[in-house]
Amino acid sequence: MAYEASLRVWRGDDEGGGLEDFLVEVNEGEVVLDIIHRLQATQAPDLAVRWNCKAGKCGSCSAEINGRPRLMCLTRMGTFDEEEVITITPLRAFPVIRDLVTDVWFNYEKAQSIPPFTPRERDEDGNHRMQQVDVERSQEFRKCIECFLCQDTCHVVRDHEENKPSFAGPRFLMRIAELDMHPLDTLDRRRAAQDDFGLGMCNITKCCTEVCPEGIKITDNALIPMKERVVDRKYVPKTWLGRTIGRRKD
Amino acid sequence: MTDLERHAYDVVVIGAGGAGLRAAIEAHEQGARTAVVCKSLLGKAHTVMAEGGIAAAMGNVYPEDGWKVHFRDTMRGGKMLNHWRMAQLHAQEAPDRVRELEDWGALFDRTPAGLISQRDFGGHRYARLAHVGDRTGLELIRTLQQRTVALGIDVYMECTVTKVIKQQDGSIQGAFGYRRENGRFVLWQAPSVVLATGGIGKSYKVTSNSWEYTGDGHSLALQAGATLVNMEFVQFHPTGMVWPPSVRGILVTESVRGDGGILKNSNGSRFMFDYIPDYFRKETAETEEEADRWYTDKKNNRRPPELLPRDEVARAINSEVKAGRGSPHGGVFLDIASRHDADYIRKRLPSMYHQFKELAEVDITKEPMEVGPTCHYVMGGVEVDPETAAAKVPGLFAAGEVAGGMHGSNRLGGNSLSDLLVFGRRAGLAAAERARATTVPNVADAVLKEAAGEALAPFERDGGENPYTLHAELQTAMNDLVGIIRVAGEMTEALERIEALKVRAKALTVEGQRPYNPGWHLALDLPHMLRVSECIAKAALEREESRGGHTRDDFPGPREEWGALNVICSADGEDVALTRQPLPVMPPDLAEIFEES
Repeated sequence: MAYEASLRVWRGDDEGGGLEDFLVEVNEGEVVLDIIHRLQATQAPDLAVRWNCKAGKCGSCSAEINGRPRLMCLTRMGTFDEEEVITITPLRAFPVIRDLVTDVWFNYEKAQSIPPFTPRERDEDGNHRMQQVDVERSQEFRKCIECFLCQDTCHVVRDHEENKPSFAGPRFLMRIAELDMHPLDTLDRRRAAQDDFGLGMCNITKCCTEVCPEGIKITDNALIPMKERVVDRKYVPKTWLGRTIGRRKD
Repeated sequence: MTDLERHAYDVVVIGAGGAGLRAAIEAHEQGARTAVVCKSLLGKAHTVMAEGGIAAAMGNVYPEDGWKVHFRDTMRGGKMLNHWRMAQLHAQEAPDRVRELEDWGALFDRTPAGLISQRDFGGHRYARLAHVGDRTGLELIRTLQQRTVALGIDVYMECTVTKVIKQQDGSIQGAFGYRRENGRFVLWQAPSVVLATGGIGKSYKVTSNSWEYTGDGHSLALQAGATLVNMEFVQFHPTGMVWPPSVRGILVTESVRGDGGILKNSNGSRFMFDYIPDYFRKETAETEEEADRWYTDKKNNRRPPELLPRDEVARAINSEVKAGRGSPHGGVFLDIASRHDADYIRKRLPSMYHQFKELAEVDITKEPMEVGPTCHYVMGGVEVDPETAAAKVPGLFAAGEVAGGMHGSNRLGGNSLSDLLVFGRRAGLAAAERARATTVPNVADAVLKEAAGEALAPFERDGGENPYTLHAELQTAMNDLVGIIRVAGEMTEALERIEALKVRAKALTVEGQRPYNPGWHLALDLPHMLRVSECIAKAALEREESRGGHTRDDFPGPREEWGALNVICSADGEDVALTRQPLPVMPPDLAEIFEES
C-alpha cells in the first residue's frame, strides 16, 4: 500500500532559491501536509512550513500544489497518480520568508484599515435581537478561515504588486460586505468599499470562489451584492436626479 | 546585548487564543500598555478548533436555567474536585461574557424570538451552549481578534517565549523569547505576565491538539516557581476520528450526539445503556424509547446515555473496543445518518460534514462515522487565585487551559470557551491593576545573555539526535503508558523513559540556521513537553483511585479520602516534586445545592 512519491519542493529565502527533488514514503489516506512532515522528520529537518490544526479549520498551511492554491492538509495524496511528480511552492502573491512560508502581513494591514464594527445599542433588557434569516448572510462570510488563498489567486494583485495599496483583495472586500450586511452594524460602508478598498477593480471572474476551501460563494454572495449596493448609493434615482439637475443649474 | 529587540509594557500576554485575547482586551481597556505574544499568526490559535459552543446559563431556551444549575452541573461533571469558587464565578459571569461578544460583532445562531440560541451538550441539565453551527471556536477567535485589532493592541506574531524573567525579589520582570521568522531574540519587560498558552496534547500520539500545544505555559510557570494542580487529569474526548491513520485523533464534535447522534458497536447495539454509572443513573434514560423522546420533550424524559460526561463515554468506547466489539479500524460507530435527513445534518453540522468528506471520504449523511478516544484537554494547570487568576509568583497570572482548578477531574463540553472568557477577563483586569502600582528595573545583560545561550545551545552541539525522533518516542510512551486506563507498573516505566529522554534531550542537535527553522523550534519545545509529561505521570501514579479523567485499573472507583485532596506539582531543580494539599471547602450555602439533588 505504501509507495515512494516524487516531490519537488521550493526551498530558499528572500534572496532566491529553487526546486529540490525528494522521494518520500506515502501511506494510505495521507495528505500533502503528512508528506511534508515526513520529509522534515527524515530528510530536511529545517524545511520551513506553516501549519496548525491539520483539519482544514485554521487556514495556516496554504501553498501552491502543482501551481494551484490549496491547503496542504486538505489535499489528499490519493488525488495524484503514484508516478506523478508533485510540485509544492509558496504562495506567489506574497514575499517569501523561507521555503514554503511567506510574509502575509499585507492581509493584516488591510484588516487593520477597515473601519471596525460599530453596533447599535442593546435592547432595554440587555440583549440584542436578530432573526436567524438576517444573521445567516454574514454568517456565511464569517466561515472564512483566513487562509488567504483567495488573496493569492486574485489576478488584481497576483502579479501586480502596484495594485496592492489600492485593493484589499476578496477576503477583505468580503469582510466589508459582512459588516455591511451585519444586522447590528450602523456604518454606511459603501463609499469606502469603492474608494478606499478597490471594489471597482474586481471584475467578478470568480477565481476567489473557486479556491475557497470553505466553499464560500465570495463573488456571488459578497462581492456582487456589495457592488450593487454601491451602485444603489450612487444612483438612487432621486439622489441621482437631484445631483444631475443640480449640476445643470451650475 | 546587541542582537536583541527590547520592549517595555505594563502587561504582556503569552498566547493569542480566547483566554489570551480576552485578557489583552481587558488589560487594554483598563489603560495598561499591553502586548500579546503568540507562536502562530493571529487568528490561528487552537481555540478555532472548538466546535460545540460556549456554556452559559442565559436561559434563552430554558428559562428555568440559572447559574446555580450550571454550577451544580460543572461540579458534578468534575466529580466535586473543582475549586468551588472558580466554578461559581464561571457560572455567574459566563452569560455577560457571551453577550459582550455580540457588541464586538459575533453572530450566534438565534432562537425564534431573536435571542442567542442554546444547544444541548453532555453533562449540562439544560440546553445551554451558545453556538454558531459547529464552528463556535472560529467565531470566538475571529471576534476577539477583530476587537484586538480595532483597539490597536500590539501583537507579536510568530514569536516563542523561552523564559519568564524574574527580579531578585522573585517577582515578574518580563518575558524573553525569539522571532520564529528570523530567530532574533526579543525581551518584553513588564511587571505583569499573563500565561494563556493552552494545553499539553502534543505529548500524546493520538490527540486533537495542534503543534502549539506543547505545555509551554505549564512548564514556564513551574520554572518560575509557581505550582501546578490536578495534572493527573487529562481528558480523552470520546469521539476522535480513527481512520485514515493520518487524521487519527482529529475531533468529532460532541454536537453530533447533542443533535441526536448515537453510538453503536459492531453488533449494532447502543452500548452506552450498559455503562450508566450509579452517580448519573437518576438523570439518565433507561430505554432507547425514553432517550429518543428526550430530544423533543426534555421535561418528561431523561437524557440519552450518549450525553453522559466525556470521561464516562470515553471509557465505555475503550471497553467496547477491548472486548472485540469495535469498528473495522478500532473505534465504534457514531451514527447520525439514520437519525436525521441529509439537509438537517448539513445545516447543523457543516464542518463535520466537510471534515469527513474531505479527509476520510465518508458522507456522514449516508453512513456512520468511526470514532474513538483522543487526547483533548488537560484539566490540570497553574494553581491560581480564583478572583485574580494570579499564580504563586507575584506578577504571574494564568487563564484558560493552562490554569488549573476550574474543571476538577473532568471538564464538561462547552465549559472551556466560557472558562477562557471569564478568567481571561479576570486575569487581564488583575494584571493591569498590578502594573499600575509596580515598576520594574531594566533586565540585566547577564540575565539576557544566559537566556540567549540556553536557546542557542542545540546549534552548538554536534552529533546528537534529531528532536523529531525524541518527540515521537515521548508521544508513544505517554500514549501507551499514561493514557486513558492506567496502572502503576506502566506509569513507573513511563517515568523511566522520560528520565532517559531528559538526558538525551540535553545532547540533541539541530541542523541549519536560525531563520524559520522547525527543527530548532521543536528542540526548544521538547523540554517543556518532557517536564509536563513528568508532572502528569507522577501525579497519576500518586493518586490511587479512579476519578474523572484519571482511571486506574489497579484502583477502580473513587475513594473518599482522595475526594478532599489535590496533588500539587512544583519544580525541584530539574525534577518535579509532589505534595498533597487539602481541597478548599465549599461554604454551606453552596453545598446545599448538592443536597437538594
